[in-house]
This record gives sequence, structure tokens and C-alpha cells, in this order.
Amino acid sequence: MLKVRVIPCLDVKDGRTVKGVQFVDLKDAGDPVSLARAYDSQGADELCFLDITASVEGRGAMIEVIERTADECFMPLTVGGGVRTPDDMVTMLRAGADKVAINTAAVMEPDIVSACARKVGRQAVVVAVDVRRSTEDGEPKWGVYTHGGRRPAGIDAIEFIRHVVSLGAGEILLTSMDRDGTKEGYDLQLLQAARKVSSVPIIASGGAGNVDHMAQAIAVGGADAVLAASIFHFGEASVSEAKMAIARAGAPVRLARKDKA
Amino acid sequence: MKRIAIVDYGSGNVRSVRKALERAGQSVRGTVSTIVTDDPDDLMSVDGIVLPGVGHFADCAAALRSRSGLIEAIHEAVFSHGRPFMGICVGMQLLATFGEEDQITPGLDWISGSVGRLRPSSSRLPIPHMGWNTLLEVSNHPVLAGLGDEPHVYFTHSYAITPKETQDIAAQTDYGGSIAAAVARGPLFGTQFHPEKSQTVGQKILLNFLNWRPG
Repeated sequence: MLKVRVIPCLDVKDGRTVKGVQFVDLKDAGDPVSLARAYDSQGADELCFLDITASVEGRGAMIEVIERTADECFMPLTVGGGVRTPDDMVTMLRAGADKVAINTAAVMEPDIVSACARKVGRQAVVVAVDVRRSTEDGEPKWGVYTHGGRRPAGIDAIEFIRHVVSLGAGEILLTSMDRDGTKEGYDLQLLQAARKVSSVPIIASGGAGNVDHMAQAIAVGGADAVLAASIFHFGEASVSEAKMAIARAGAPVRLARKDKA
Repeated sequence: MKRIAIVDYGSGNVRSVRKALERAGQSVRGTVSTIVTDDPDDLMSVDGIVLPGVGHFADCAAALRSRSGLIEAIHEAVFSHGRPFMGICVGMQLLATFGEEDQITPGLDWISGSVGRLRPSSSRLPIPHMGWNTLLEVSNHPVLAGLGDEPHVYFTHSYAITPKETQDIAAQTDYGGSIAAAVARGPLFGTQFHPEKSQTVGQKILLNFLNWRPG
């Protein structure tokens, strides 16, 4: 049976992790590769690196981070941030990434999704959708945002997801910008609405404050994977604790051998 | 000293495959070295061949065929000299008679069968089949030895091989129906999943491959 995935996410700027990571037993938590190694040994199902660097020099640093991680962590890696073209995608895949997330470029020019899928296969194309919630006639609506969640695109998120899936997106990384950093839990209604229109896997992101939130995203929201950053980085929960909470909610997870006993 | 060639025909995560093989090779008696190549001459002197591949079946098949003498060299190394071969993902699918991704494209036809789109019994199951799934019905093939109970490996694909002969299936997985997770025939071995991304289980499979001497 296919297992639900738990995915720690690392924000990387100029080749260093940001957000003042405090990781247990880690000498250099600012080094994304050290952090990746720690999550690898915790049994993370996948890792996500988001490049928040603006400069071209920082971009090169990101490629090096992917290479160094892929050289020693034999697990799936997703990388996002600043990817504009199919060739950018190929560069990241050749560095050792398995999937590449596109965000702003997919909103500006949705056909880029088809071009990327044709070039590298749809299984490698993740569309990262950042949304903010509003209410219309008492019903929740979600709008797409770009540029790291700062700029409204004036597009309905659910329609956008339907569209990019039809164009060749292989996965949706769905982030609630309202919930991001609040620790109030994932936006379950958003996940449910997206699930209805998406035939590809959905990764829930934004709002994880405890492991039960992750279980809810799966059991109630219908997500295929959960992504979280600070809850893992600050040692508030381990990957295996998250998996055990998801298992208690009745969803299948891949437990490390030591967790089974 | 064992030398393994990773065929680089412009498709696939060559770097990860190489690094994962080298790591697994640290547990092999003697040393293991890898070369990344598309030169047919290189394949005549190696002890094993790995063919990765991601993306579109037709594109991968065209890329492989565009390199003059490459397929013939793989064929000779494997079938005349009995060198072990491992295909990964689309690199495995290419062993089939043909692929049905968008159009009918001939494969190598070294394992009779076709590569078709996944059709899980429940329409609620997302495609691609993406993530960690359990290997089932694991055969006693040497490359799959010692994986422990319920081994999990990483899949990411929308198409899968259906071998004509069921004995060519070395392991299965379930995703709204059975999928051939690994195939084997003589010196040929192939995985739909990614051993180079499957943590300790993947490392064990690569180690087994390095130690494998097809009979």
C-alpha cells in the first residue's frame, strides 16, 4: 500500500538554512546538508528545499546544496524557488533533485508547465500554489499569490489547480499563506476543495503546529503528504512522532524499523 | 576491482545513481568504481551496466537510439558476456517490446511485454503513483535477497511494464491493482522504483546487484 509522506522543508538563502533553526544534536544547523542528513536518519520520506535567494550567486549555492545532499542522502529531494524554464529544471534534476517546484512562472505563463512536463516527465514537475483565503457569500474562496506570497495574481486557486493538472503538473504543493507560521493547523477546507479537482498528489503546507494537525491534513483534508518546517527544525516534533500520529488516525505510513516495536 | 558503467544518454538522474552505487560499493569486497559514459567501447570492459531513465518513453528510446552502436554494445556485454544489467524506471521500461506513452514506440524487446498507463481500480487514487510503497511477492532473485519484512521503496511514475511472461516479474507492488515493481530475465534486472532514492532498502538492492553473478 502506498504510504502517506512526511516532508521536512528547508528554506535556503545563499546556501544556508534560515529561520534560526535549532536542531537537537546538530553542530551546524545552518548547513542544509547537515540538516538533511539528520532528517534522513529520522526516516523522513522526502526533503523539500526552497531557495529564497534573490541573487544569481545564491542560485549557484543552491545547486551545490542539492549536489552535496544528493551525494549522501539517498532519498527523494524536491527543490523550488526561482525556477523559470525547463532548462532550469534540468539543471536541478542533474544536480540530484527528483522533483522541481515552479510557482511564479507557472502563474505568469501556465504553458511552462506543459513544456517542463514534456522535457522531464510530469512526475518531476511540482506546481507550488500559494494561496490566501477570503469569503464570498459566506463561502470560502482562495486566491493565488506569487512572489513568495506577496503579490495577488487575481486567480481562483481551485481553478488554477485544475488547470495546471490538465497541463501536466505531477504534484501540487499547496501552501496556505494565511496559516503559514501560525501553528493553527492546515487549512482543511482548502485541502478538501483542492482534492476534489486534482487527480495528482497534493502536499499540504502551511500551519502545522503539532503532529495531530498533520494527521488531520491526511485524514480530513485528504492530502497525500504533509510538509512542515519549524515544527521539525525546532525539535517540537520528530518525523517519527508525526508518522505515529498519522498512523493513529488510520492512514498508512512507513515506520522505521525501530519505531515498529 | 569492479567497474560499473552508468549509461548517460541524456536522460536520468545519473549523479544520484552513481553516488548511491559508490556508497553501496563500500560494502563490497574489493573496490568498486563507476564510469558514466555513452561510449560503446567503454561497455566492453566493464563488470556491470546500469541504465537509468526518467521522463517520456519515446524521448528516452530516441535518445538511446541516437547514440550510434550503444544498444548493440549493451546487448553484446549482457548477452554475449553475461554482464549483469540493471534498468531503473524508464531505463527498465525500455526493455519491453513497446511503450504506449502518447504513441506506440518500440522498445528493446529484451523482455516481452508492453508499457502502459497505470489504471488503478479506484479513480480516487492519484496518478502519478508517487511515494513509498511495499514490495510484494518478492521472488528469490539474488538482487532482492535480504530486504527484510515489508520492504519499502520509492516510486514515481504514471506508466508501468506488463511482462508477457509472469515469471519475468521479480517483485510486485499494489496500487489499486498489481504493478510489476521489478523484472528479471537472465542477466537482465530492472526496477520501476528508484533504488538510488530508497534509503537503506535501496542500498541493499544496489549492493546485491554489485555482488550478482548471473548464472
